[in-house]
Amino acid sequence: MLRASLREVSAALKEGRVTPTELCQKCLSLIKSTKFLNAYITVAEETALKQAEESEKRYGRGQPLGVLDGIPVAVKDNFNAAGIETTCASKMLKGYISPYNATVVQKLLDQGAVLLGKTNLDEFAMGSGSTDGIFGPVRNPWSYSRQYKEKSVPKSHSQEDEESNWVITGGSSGGSAAAVSSFTCFAALGSDTGGSTRNPAAHCGVVGLKPTYGLISRHGLIPLVNSMDVPGILTRCVDDAAVVLGTLAGHDPKDSTTIQDNFKPFDLPNLTDVSKLSIGIPKEYHAPGLSSEILSLWSKAADLFKNAGAKVIEVSLPHTRYSIVCYHVLCTAEVASNMARFDGLEYGHRSDMNKSTESMYAATRREGFNDVVRGRILSGNYFLLKQNYENYFIKAQKVRRLIANDFVKVFGSGVDILLTPTTLSDAVPYMEFIKEDNRTRSAQDDILTQAANMAGLPAINVPTGLSERGLPVGLQFIGQSFQEKQLLTVAKWFEKQVKFPMIQLEVKRHDHGAFQHQKSASFS
Amino acid sequence: MAAAARGYSGVWRRAWQRAVACNARGGAVLAGKSGLAPWVPVVGLEIHAQISSNSKLFSGSQVQFAAPPNSLVSFFDASLPGTLPSHQNGSSAVVQKLLTGVLNRRCVEAAVMTGLALNCSINKKSLFDRKHYFYADLPAGYQITQQRVPIAVNGSLSYSLCIDNKMSQMVTKTVRIKQIQLEQDSGKSLHDDTRSQTLVDLNRAGVGLMEVVMEPDMCCGEEAAAAVRELQLILQTLGSSQAVMAEGQLRVDANVSVHHPGEHYGVRTEVKNINSIRFLAKAVDYEIERQIEELENGGTILNETRAFDSKLGCTVPMRDKEGKQDYRFMPEPNLPPLILYDAKSLPANMNHQQVVNIDWIHERLPDLPSVKRAKLVEQYGILPEHSFTLLVLAELWKGEGKTPLEIVKEKKLELIQDQKELEQICQAVIDGQENEVMAIKAGNRKVLNKLIGLVQRETQGRSNPVLVKQLLEKKLSE
Repeated sequence: MLRASLREVSAALKEGRVTPTELCQKCLSLIKSTKFLNAYITVAEETALKQAEESEKRYGRGQPLGVLDGIPVAVKDNFNAAGIETTCASKMLKGYISPYNATVVQKLLDQGAVLLGKTNLDEFAMGSGSTDGIFGPVRNPWSYSRQYKEKSVPKSHSQEDEESNWVITGGSSGGSAAAVSSFTCFAALGSDTGGSTRNPAAHCGVVGLKPTYGLISRHGLIPLVNSMDVPGILTRCVDDAAVVLGTLAGHDPKDSTTIQDNFKPFDLPNLTDVSKLSIGIPKEYHAPGLSSEILSLWSKAADLFKNAGAKVIEVSLPHTRYSIVCYHVLCTAEVASNMARFDGLEYGHRSDMNKSTESMYAATRREGFNDVVRGRILSGNYFLLKQNYENYFIKAQKVRRLIANDFVKVFGSGVDILLTPTTLSDAVPYMEFIKEDNRTRSAQDDILTQAANMAGLPAINVPTGLSERGLPVGLQFIGQSFQEKQLLTVAKWFEKQVKFPMIQLEVKRHDHGAFQHQKSASFS
Repeated sequence: MAAAARGYSGVWRRAWQRAVACNARGGAVLAGKSGLAPWVPVVGLEIHAQISSNSKLFSGSQVQFAAPPNSLVSFFDASLPGTLPSHQNGSSAVVQKLLTGVLNRRCVEAAVMTGLALNCSINKKSLFDRKHYFYADLPAGYQITQQRVPIAVNGSLSYSLCIDNKMSQMVTKTVRIKQIQLEQDSGKSLHDDTRSQTLVDLNRAGVGLMEVVMEPDMCCGEEAAAAVRELQLILQTLGSSQAVMAEGQLRVDANVSVHHPGEHYGVRTEVKNINSIRFLAKAVDYEIERQIEELENGGTILNETRAFDSKLGCTVPMRDKEGKQDYRFMPEPNLPPLILYDAKSLPANMNHQQVVNIDWIHERLPDLPSVKRAKLVEQYGILPEHSFTLLVLAELWKGEGKTPLEIVKEKKLELIQDQKELEQICQAVIDGQENEVMAIKAGNRKVLNKLIGLVQRETQGRSNPVLVKQLLEKKLSE
C-alpha cells in the first residue's frame, strides 16, 4: 500500500480498502524503521494521528474533502507549521514553535492531508547536498537499495562499508525527497531557489516540480531569495504532482507576488501523439563535468521524442554560462537582507552575551548561523554596499534579464518544452561530497537548474534511469510561464516511456546494534 | 557639565542675537566675528508625519496611540520568519482585490493628498526599497521605504514669517519640497538605565509614515519653525496626519550647515530628538552658532548626527550614530511597483473605488490654510496675523460647529473699522502720555512706537498699526 501512488491510495481510502488511521500508522512505523535516513527533523505523531482520525470520520460519513483527504504528507522544515517546531535545520530557530501555517501547509490541511512531520534540509536551504544542517546529513534511500548494493558495495558487505558508502540525497530539500523515495509519505513539499527541489528529486529517483514563480504562495515559506523562491512538489509520479499542484496553486492575498488570475486545477491527459510537439535541446547545458552516462541518457531521451514523431531541435541559451555568477550575487544579496531579522530579540536563539545590544547581536548570529549562512550574508552585504551596488547588484539584475530573455527568444521561436539533464552526475557518496566546500558544490551542482529560477519558469525532474552504480538519474523539462499543464503532460508521457524502476529498499534496523532484515515485500 | 553649560549659554546669547539679525534683514547672512567673513546658514528638514489611518501600512494591525505594549502587533509587524507585506486584515469583509490590495489604500491617498497640497508632481509609478540597519525597534533589520522613486517629488511650501517679532509685518517665504515618500515607522525603545535593559514596544512598528524632505532653503530656527507650523496646519486640514508633535505623530530632524557667501555648502550635521516646534527653532539656532564658532576657532565640522538636549538647550553628538552608515538599499522584492492613475490613464472598466485616482483626489482637496487665511482677510477685514490665530482656533473648535465668523465676533477679533473711534482712542493715549509726547516732539521718533503699543493694548490688538501710526503722527503734528 505504501508503494502506491497518491491517486491509487486515495482511491483505496475512498473504497475503504484501507483507513486513514491505518495508513498513518504504517507511515509512522516506517519512519521509525528508516530513522537512519535522517529524513525527518520532527515527527508530529500525535497530531498526525488526530488528523487521520478526523479524516476517517469524514470518509465514514461519505464526505471526504477531496483527493488529498487522509493522505500522509511531509513538509520541508523551512515552511511554517503552527504548533510544530520550524527550525530550518539551524540553531537560530531550534525550538521555535511557529504560531501560523504557511499558506501551502494550510491548503494541504484544509484538504484533509495528514501532516506526518517536518523534513531535513541544508541549513536555511543553503546547499545542494542536505548535509549542512544542525541535525546532520540526510541519507539517500537508494544507498540501501538492492540496485545500489549490487553494483557498488564491495564484496565484504560489512556494516562499516555500508556506513561509509552511503550517498547523499542532493539538496537542499533532501529530507522531503528521501521521505517520498522511501515510501514514508505520498507527497512532500520542498522549496526551490536554484534547484533545491529538482536536484534531490533526481538523486532520489522521484518527481520534483518547480512551479512558475507566482503560481504558488510563498507566505510562510522562510525565504532565501524572495525573487526566486518557490514551494516545490515531490511525488512518486507526475500525475500525483498535478494533483498536489491543483491544491496549492492560486492567488494568495497574503503574498503579493502571486498572480491574480484564477487557477483551474487540471487532470493530465494521456498524451499519445507527440508529433505536434517541439522539444528544444539547449547546447549550453552540455556543461563541463556532465557525466558521460547522463549525456548518453539525455541523448537517448531526445531520440525517444524524435522517434515518436516530435520535432527535436538544438537551441541556444547563450547567457547560461553567466548564470552562476549572477545567481551568486543576487542570492547572497537577498540572503543578507532576509537574515537581518535574526537578531535574537523576539524569537529564536539569543546569546547569553549581554554587554551591549550590538555584542548580543554579533554573538547571537555567530552562534546561530553556520559558516555557509554567515558566508553568504557577508558576501551579500558586500555587494549591497553603496560603492558596489551598481557594479554588482544592478549588473547582476541586468544579466538576469538577459538570461530570462534567452528563454523568451527560444520559446518564441516555436519551441514548446526544453529537455536538459537535471544534475551533472548521479549521487556521490557523502565522504566524497564533503571534501569540497558548500559554495563550490552549490556552484557546480546548480548550473543546470538555476536558470529556470532566474527566469521564473516551471521545470520538472522526471526519474529516467539508473546509473552504472545503480543510482537514479533524472532529466529535466523546462516549460513556459504558467504552462504547467503542457509541461506536466509531456513529462507524464516521458515517464510512461522510460518506466523508471521502483526502488527495492532493504531496511535494516540500526538501533541497539541489532540487525533485522526486513524484506521489501513487507511494504505492500 | 557646568563648564559646558557656561559655554552653551555663551553660544545661546550669540545665537539669539544672530537670529534677530537674520529676521530683521529678511536675509540669510550673519555677521562673522569682527574682521572675519560673514556666514550663510543653511537649514533643511526631514519631517516624518504619521499617517492618520486605522491600520498599518503593510499589515492589518490597528493603529492606536497609547495602547498596551505589544498589543497591536501582527506576525508581519514582528517580522516573524516567513511573513510577507500585505494589507489583508483577516476580519475585513471588503477585500480590495486589486492594485492597492497589498498596501493600505488610505495611506496611499494620504500621501497623494499631501503631495498635491504641496504642489508636488505625483509619480504614477513609485517603488519600494529596503533600508538596512540593526536596531532593537526594527525587528526585520530593515525598513521598507521609497528611496529610488518616491510617490511625490518637486513641490513647494509657502509659509509666512513675522519680521522683527513685532507682528507688524509678515513676509512670505517658500521652501522647496524635494520629495514625499511612504515608509514604515519603527517600534519604540525605552531605555531603562537602572536595570541596564531596553524595553521594546512594537505597537508602532509598521505604521505608515510620510517622510517630507524640505530642501535647505531655510536660514534659521524661526524659518524652520514657521515652515513646520504651516506643514502641520496643512496636514491637519487634509486629515492626512494629526501631526501632533507631542504624540510623536510629527517628528522633525534638521540638517544644518554654514558656509561663506559664494563658497560651497559646508559640512552638514543632522540634529535629532527635537520634540516641539519651539525646540526646533532653538536647536537649529544653537547648531548654526555652534558651527560658526567651531569654524571661526579653526575647527572642523563633522558630518555627524547630534541630539538636541532640551534641558541644556544644546546639541550633543549621538552615541549610537557614530560613523557613517551604509544602509545597503535594495529593492523590496515582495512588493510590486505602486501604480496610481489619473483621469487620462484610468482603464475603462475601473472606477475610483478600485484604484487610487490622483485627479479624483485633487478635486476633493479641502481649502488649504493659506487659502482660508486669504479668504478671512478679504472677507472680514482682519489682520493677516490674526488669520493665523483664527485658523488654529478653527481647528481647535472643530466639531463644535462654530464658523470663523462666529469666532471672530465672539472673540471680538475684527478690526475697528470706525475711524472716529480709533481717533478717540489715539487722542486718549496722547493725553495720557505727556512725557512721551514731549520726547517725540523733541525729535525722538522711536518713542512713537510706545504710543502705538499703548493704542494696540487699548484696542486689544484690533487696530491696524499702520493706520494708528498715521493718526498719531497727524495728531502730534497739530
